[in-house]
Amino acid sequence: MENFLLTLIAFTPLAGAVILMLFFKREQTVAIKVFATAVTVVDFLLSIPLWTRFDTSEAGFQFVQKVSWIPTIGVSYFLGVDGISVLLVLLTTITMIVATVCSFTAIVEREKEYYVCLLLMATGMLGTFMAVDIFLFYVFFEITLVPMYFLIGIWGGKRKLYAAIKFFLYTLFGSVLMLLGILALYFVNLKLGTGTLTFDLTELYAVGPKIPIGLQSWIFLAFFVGFAIKVPMFPFHTWLPDAHVEAPTAGSVILAGILLKMGTYGFVRFVLPLLPQASQMFVPFMVLLSIIGIIYGALVAMAQTDVKKLVAYSSVSHLGFVMLGVFALNQQGILGGQLQMINHGISTGALFLLVGIIYERRHTREISEFGGLSSVMPIYTTIFAITMLSSIGLPGLNGFVGEFLILVGAFKASYVYAAFAVIGIVLGAAYMLWLFQRMFFGTLDNPENQKLTDCTPREILYLLPMVVLMFWIGLYPRPFLSRMEASVGKVVKMVNVAAAPMNTKAAALPAGVRTQPKAKNF
Amino acid sequence: MIELAWLIPLFPALGVVINGFFGTRYTRDNAGHIASLMAGLSFLVVLGIASEMIFGSGGTHTIHLWDWISAGKFSVSIAFLIDPLSTIMLLVVSGVGFLVHVYSVGYLQGDPGYPRFFTYLNLFMLSMFLLVLGDNYLLMFVGWEGVGLCSYLLIGFWYEKKSASDAGKKAFIVNRIGDAGFLLGMFMIWILTDSLTYSEVFQAAPNMTAAGATAIGLLLFIGAAGKSAQIPLYVWLPDAMEGPTPVSALIHAATMVTAGVYMVARTSPIYAMGPGALEVIAIVGAVTAFFAASIGLVQNDIKRVLAYSTVSQLGFMFIALGVGAYATAIFHLMTHAFFKGLMFLGSGSVIHSLHHAPVEQQQDMRYMGGLKSKLPITYWTFVIGALAIAGIPPLAGFWSKDEILANAFFTGHYFIWGLGTAAAFMTAFYMFRLIFMTFHGEMRVDHHAREYIHESPYSMTVPLIILAVLSVVGGIIPGFPLEGGWIHSFLAPSLAKGGAGGHAASEAVQFVRVAVESGGGHEGPTAIILIILAIAIAVGGIALAWFMYMRNPAVPDDLASRFPGLHRLLLNKYYIDEIYEACIIKPIYRLMNSLWSFDANVVDGAVNGASLVTLVSSRFSGIFDLKTVDGAVNGIASMTKFFSQVFKFIQSGMVQNYLFVMLLGIFMMLSAYLFR
Repeated sequence: MENFLLTLIAFTPLAGAVILMLFFKREQTVAIKVFATAVTVVDFLLSIPLWTRFDTSEAGFQFVQKVSWIPTIGVSYFLGVDGISVLLVLLTTITMIVATVCSFTAIVEREKEYYVCLLLMATGMLGTFMAVDIFLFYVFFEITLVPMYFLIGIWGGKRKLYAAIKFFLYTLFGSVLMLLGILALYFVNLKLGTGTLTFDLTELYAVGPKIPIGLQSWIFLAFFVGFAIKVPMFPFHTWLPDAHVEAPTAGSVILAGILLKMGTYGFVRFVLPLLPQASQMFVPFMVLLSIIGIIYGALVAMAQTDVKKLVAYSSVSHLGFVMLGVFALNQQGILGGQLQMINHGISTGALFLLVGIIYERRHTREISEFGGLSSVMPIYTTIFAITMLSSIGLPGLNGFVGEFLILVGAFKASYVYAAFAVIGIVLGAAYMLWLFQRMFFGTLDNPENQKLTDCTPREILYLLPMVVLMFWIGLYPRPFLSRMEASVGKVVKMVNVAAAPMNTKAAALPAGVRTQPKAKNF
Repeated sequence: MIELAWLIPLFPALGVVINGFFGTRYTRDNAGHIASLMAGLSFLVVLGIASEMIFGSGGTHTIHLWDWISAGKFSVSIAFLIDPLSTIMLLVVSGVGFLVHVYSVGYLQGDPGYPRFFTYLNLFMLSMFLLVLGDNYLLMFVGWEGVGLCSYLLIGFWYEKKSASDAGKKAFIVNRIGDAGFLLGMFMIWILTDSLTYSEVFQAAPNMTAAGATAIGLLLFIGAAGKSAQIPLYVWLPDAMEGPTPVSALIHAATMVTAGVYMVARTSPIYAMGPGALEVIAIVGAVTAFFAASIGLVQNDIKRVLAYSTVSQLGFMFIALGVGAYATAIFHLMTHAFFKGLMFLGSGSVIHSLHHAPVEQQQDMRYMGGLKSKLPITYWTFVIGALAIAGIPPLAGFWSKDEILANAFFTGHYFIWGLGTAAAFMTAFYMFRLIFMTFHGEMRVDHHAREYIHESPYSMTVPLIILAVLSVVGGIIPGFPLEGGWIHSFLAPSLAKGGAGGHAASEAVQFVRVAVESGGGHEGPTAIILIILAIAIAVGGIALAWFMYMRNPAVPDDLASRFPGLHRLLLNKYYIDEIYEACIIKPIYRLMNSLWSFDANVVDGAVNGASLVTLVSSRFSGIFDLKTVDGAVNGIASMTKFFSQVFKFIQSGMVQNYLFVMLLGIFMMLSAYLFR
């Protein structure tokens, strides 16, 4: 059972999609919804053992399954999860339930195809996070593009085709470069490493540090383009607002909650451990882009008049934080980055759900159309407020824990990084509170808003898990952190293989401030 | 009893849950009673703990609840610390908090947001308790942000008013700037000491370099300046008066705004190592005290006068901290909570009685006057508060304020002492200006509202009376004799010795200490002269107010017309808000809009441009291909060769390969089918 568990989790949605395609008629809309929901719920239940039976002391892969797939070129079907991926898998299975349930009333045409696409999406994403074979990873990584392309292109808004094609081509462009990087690693391994034909990550990890820095930098850049577009990092982010604005609510939730994490995950899983010297060399460059992303994203978010676009640009800012943590290259930073990936999935996912709820009622997302909503929609307002505060990083809610650890890690790397990054938390509060004020405070003067109804039980039901998670991670993050700790520690060791001097605490502050040079610690 | 400290925040948390979930449906009219009960229960627990601390063994006690965040060597717990400093803070917070709860039951009766108000108020108590109880900086920060949130929610309580929601937002964002400093200071503490827990940090503090300690001190002070409304971050506090008056009393006078003072006092072992930071604090405090008092001279809104007075008094507390007199700062924090809480609640009672006057006149002292006979309890308690803040002995303010000024003087900070003394003079003046304009003279209240003026209900007047009693005895009991009062010896274990570790003025401090310890008070002629001077200044300020507003009411207008520039400058609060608007807010708006068009046109334009170039070049190469038919023959040959290579790979006989290709094919067909 343990050996097949991951396969089962990854392919249950695919099986569901096939059954949906073959055995359901277009007109059976209720049955289709019930079945799709059931599949996602079953998938979530299947993934629960990953939480309960996960060994927190083990840094390597667990629940592994390895079968040879294309032996001629050394490709294997190799699945496994570790602390880096396990929470992302769980986040995916939860998000899929929410994404399915939130679509019931929002999607009213071609429902069958829609839910097929959603389920295919799930398999693609789950496989991406589970793959230990880098070729297999690439296959899943690419597969996710297709259903998302349809989700945006068919069920999207006014400029759906433009957004869909832009999303598809832009990410494809990045991943083609990444493929070059993968192939380079593959061939380098033949020469410098084990000398065997393999895409097995656990074997490739050994060859990474031996690659000469020149070649490593090229491979780094290839991976960088692929993942930075996905994250998205400044200046590769412009596909994101378009995709978000045009995508249906569930598409945005999946996009923000999970798809973007494939980029940040890629950096932690592949770039840092496989290319340690290059990663260290590129720290200033990566940190610079992250900080620009944090501040730039926040300022551009502030200028938006469309709620969804505002949330989309806030993602650019938040993911800047994640990348800053990752490239602090120390335990606190990467752990914070990892946790913030989950947090961003929860908070921003919930924000997109909330935007979807109001859009369904008013068919507009212009902030100026709203105002004074708190008097007609008190429950909606309360949930929006909690979500906003979680996104701002208020202590007691999830966002704070991740942001705090990231900043600790950044400060440890260099006080300059942290000093710039804290500007982001001020701006983050500014654009969010301003949005909240314009939407919920003031008088209810737009007659269109006077007949608005508060959240329905179904809406509360799918928002509730998000809110519970916000408080849980905020008040008691231990179970989450402890699951990631060992694996993150391993990544930190691997990336610091060539003892980067910048990661000793003593170097974080200018001379004269520190007491005595301290030993390197993580 | 001490091990039950976790009960203190638990009660208001319960109140939040009860009123938050059931407030609008079930507990509507009883929300105030439930919230007050919770605050009262917390107060009882605090009393129990305080009596054990004061009459019992004292000492330092840690109550560990659970581990909160850990990452590598970084680890922080949820744990509470009971020591003399937190005991005093708890007494002030829970005591004044409870009174304000009771007062609010009457004040907000009938407001549509009644249960919401008490939910927020309990949430505030919870956060404030966490702030003072936490045994580490991170937990203090949690409370710090929590009280900030409640402040935001309560300032904007009447959210339909644009000015109220604007003020709330302003408070939150300005405080966030301070928080950024606090966070950086916290990181630095962790880098230098490997911990955020007070006991461990302070144990390591003596090993810090002066530069390190000064940097931490300054960064933390940015946070303190935000929360405690010091220059340049004070601008949110006057606007915060948009909130209901009990909120102004509790949050924006007695408790939350003093969090910065508490934080600096708590951090005293680090400040002792970085004297440079203390000098900055003293100067900022003195300038703020002077500057805010001068604005208070000419304001006409009763609550704004009190708000600027609060900023000014907080400046006094920072003077005390800056000259190393931490216990004196906490002492003044306590007495200020009594008399300023009293006066805010008193002003609320006045506003409450003018309920039927036009909205814009309810807080404007130019439309008051002669309320003394109609509101006797409010009047007399207010006078006690004003006498206390002016520094008339033996009322509370005299003891704490005089200690601050004496400490500044005896540590050689003559300039700061001068500014403080001038501010004290202005304080006495504007407070009695307020009293004369509000309660004395002829009644200028709108005619329709006059018949409705009445003294407030008992739930409002009883808290006033209790606070008035505390304003009388709250100074002399803990503070007698000057410089040697009980509060100093009680707080001593929690605080660093003033000026230890190379403080520039340490010798002077030691001098005072020796003088105090040997004589028990300000011995010597200088000290006596200072006391006489302080009393004279208080009396002088009151007398001047009487002369200008009672005896000869034409003088203020006369002065205003004789110095129009100065008057306008003060009336418009030195145009600080306008300067911030022009120098910070406007540029940010411009920046954000230009970045947005940069993003849409340049960054995204590059992407679209690249795709356009690809599109055009593919067209051209298509045409080129057609034209070069010659090469086709060779092309076909090489293509055949190429494809045979490719197909050789594909026909590997492995089922998985076929499956993979099939999968791709399915996607392609699916796309054709869906987009037909």
